[in-house]
Amino acid sequence: MQLTSPDFPRNAAHALHDAALQRALGNLKAGFPGKRAAAVARLPEFEALRDLGRDLKNHIIEHLDYYLEQFEASVQRQGGQVHWARDAEEARAIILGICQRAGAKTVTKGKSMVSEEIGLNEHLAAHGIEPIETDLGEYIIQLRGEHPSHIIAPAIHVNLDQVSDAFHQHHQQYGKHERQTEPRALMNEAREILRDKFLRADVGITGANFCIAETGQTVIVTNEGNGDLTQLLPRVHIAITSIEKVVPTLEDAATFIRLLARSATGQEISVYTTFSAGGRRAEDLDGPEEFHVVLLDNGRSQMVGGEQQDMLRCIRCSACMNHCPVYGAIGGHAYGWVYPGPMGSVLTPQLVGIEHAAHLPNASTFCGRCESVCPVRIPLPRLLRNWRAREFERHLTPQGYRFGLRAWAWLTRRPALYCGLTRLGARLLRWLGGRSRRIRSLPLAGGWSAWRDMPAPQGRTFQALWAERQRAAGMEGKR
Amino acid sequence: MSGSRELILGNIRKGLRRGALSGDALADCAERLAAPRPNLIPARAAALDHAGQLALFVQMASEAAALVHRVEAAAEVPALVAGIVDAAALPRQLVCAPAAAIAGLDWQGAGLQAQARAARQGDRVSVTPAFAGIAETGTLMLLSGAHSPTSLNFLPDLHIVVLSATRVLASYEEAFALWRRESAGEVPRTINLITGPSRSADIEQKLQMGAHGPIQLHIVLLGA
Ligand code: SF4
Repeated sequence: MQLTSPDFPRNAAHALHDAALQRALGNLKAGFPGKRAAAVARLPEFEALRDLGRDLKNHIIEHLDYYLEQFEASVQRQGGQVHWARDAEEARAIILGICQRAGAKTVTKGKSMVSEEIGLNEHLAAHGIEPIETDLGEYIIQLRGEHPSHIIAPAIHVNLDQVSDAFHQHHQQYGKHERQTEPRALMNEAREILRDKFLRADVGITGANFCIAETGQTVIVTNEGNGDLTQLLPRVHIAITSIEKVVPTLEDAATFIRLLARSATGQEISVYTTFSAGGRRAEDLDGPEEFHVVLLDNGRSQMVGGEQQDMLRCIRCSACMNHCPVYGAIGGHAYGWVYPGPMGSVLTPQLVGIEHAAHLPNASTFCGRCESVCPVRIPLPRLLRNWRAREFERHLTPQGYRFGLRAWAWLTRRPALYCGLTRLGARLLRWLGGRSRRIRSLPLAGGWSAWRDMPAPQGRTFQALWAERQRAAGMEGKR
Repeated sequence: MSGSRELILGNIRKGLRRGALSGDALADCAERLAAPRPNLIPARAAALDHAGQLALFVQMASEAAALVHRVEAAAEVPALVAGIVDAAALPRQLVCAPAAAIAGLDWQGAGLQAQARAARQGDRVSVTPAFAGIAETGTLMLLSGAHSPTSLNFLPDLHIVVLSATRVLASYEEAFALWRRESAGEVPRTINLITGPSRSADIEQKLQMGAHGPIQLHIVLLGA
């Protein structure tokens, strides 16, 4: 996938003026946060489960080498194979190799963000193997030639009429000439066409939300059942996932299952949670003959023990982006790579290099909503701040901005001067506000005031007001 | 590539400032895997008696849009299924799991044509056994095997699951523990946790039932 994170300011400006996108984002804001809040309110233990989720993930990361080795041994015991991939290139080569040995012409795919991370579809297609996305949202964007804009609702940016257009255009080849406009009819059409693809595919590729060290199972969580048909019907099943997804036992997986769907869609649990181990048993009547797990590192092992280690706890629920005012304003594509929103702004600089993604950690007001909803309590604002510090150290911050920060630091270390200047500033702003008490245009911030007025301050600084209140309180005390 | 395996494990150990796990830490982790313990289990179902858990199971499964039916005895199942098939205006044909408890029922007596096998394209109705039911969320746990091929759970439009009321448990953890006791460590190819029929909200966030899997999920609660 082409990286456009360096163009973030332009992407974001574009997104803000995209009426269709803005309409679609309205659906997101109206949906996920309310559903999550309702689900959380129904489970009194939810906050305790979040603590547990955090502690459990920390335990796993501190023993990641051990649990990965145990997972590998368990998969082998069940007759499956584990492949370790240090980077995207190696993961692509491993998967292509398995597909080629299987003589694959078409591959069906369950939804997997790791597959997006390694650019698998483009690679398979370039080698004459047709990848077919089967998650309805992924299928829609594959037809439109796009990438996901959200980690669990990949087509959240697409409106009904656009789905209708895409299906009308691409389903002619299957004899579907009538244009469908109802969600129900569109889904039925996709169901029918994809059913045939499931049955014909040579290899099925899914992701994995969890890898269980105890049993050697990979776990997928879906609502549609597409992941199940993907891994059930073809002769070969490949699960592509990343090293931090390992959990010790089924019981540990249960804890994360309780956190995941509630944080994501506000469901009690997703419709299908499926545990897969090895290929079909000798007496089985169905199931794949081969089972492969590809464990991707791609920079994650280097996060262990470092200042961004907490990010490895992420269970990819999407709550942080569903609650993010920045994501809600510009959508996922503007972030310019695979993972959008707050979690993406932490992860992308790690995976592609801060020099290519320096804008992302700055696209935040640090309002803290992401951290307040994260099921494993990842301190996302702190991790974003870490990137800002690295950026500053490495002189990636623009000159004007650096100068501003320096000047600010200089000023704040001189309290008398700071007080004097802010007192003057507050008075000046009050005067600028005039009778309406609103400032129509701000010098040096025209972009901001082009869209809104700034309410004028009442003329006194916070420090002055504070001191006055303290004095008043002191007198109260003496009385 | 084995080089990558060593590189990845080496990076992790370098980050953790230690070599391969050893001593007490190793023993603790090994113990965690050898004797799995439940973490926090919500009181919602665990605090109820069995009748309460059954009622909660029915409530939660219904909330997830599963259709729950209750019968006293297994012999009543075929007639109930015939009613479900008729109500859906489908031909009186079904595929069923080869498990004796399902395949051995008198389907013909209820006017149904039943074949015990894996599912194929075009099958409309399937009947399978559940290993357990989980009251906390109204979830079914199904195990794959020659007795119950997984394709029956996903290919047909209408999936009917027979669940014995005695096997409705409070939590996922209880179901896992039961499975460990009864399986003697044999892991099936697939364990399915199923909560309601297939669905998608990928078109404009509007929820539609029957995305790729069954459009209807019926649960027949036996001996309730
Ligand atoms: S960072 Fe937290 S909230 Fe965001 S996707 Fe990951 S687990 Fe969910």
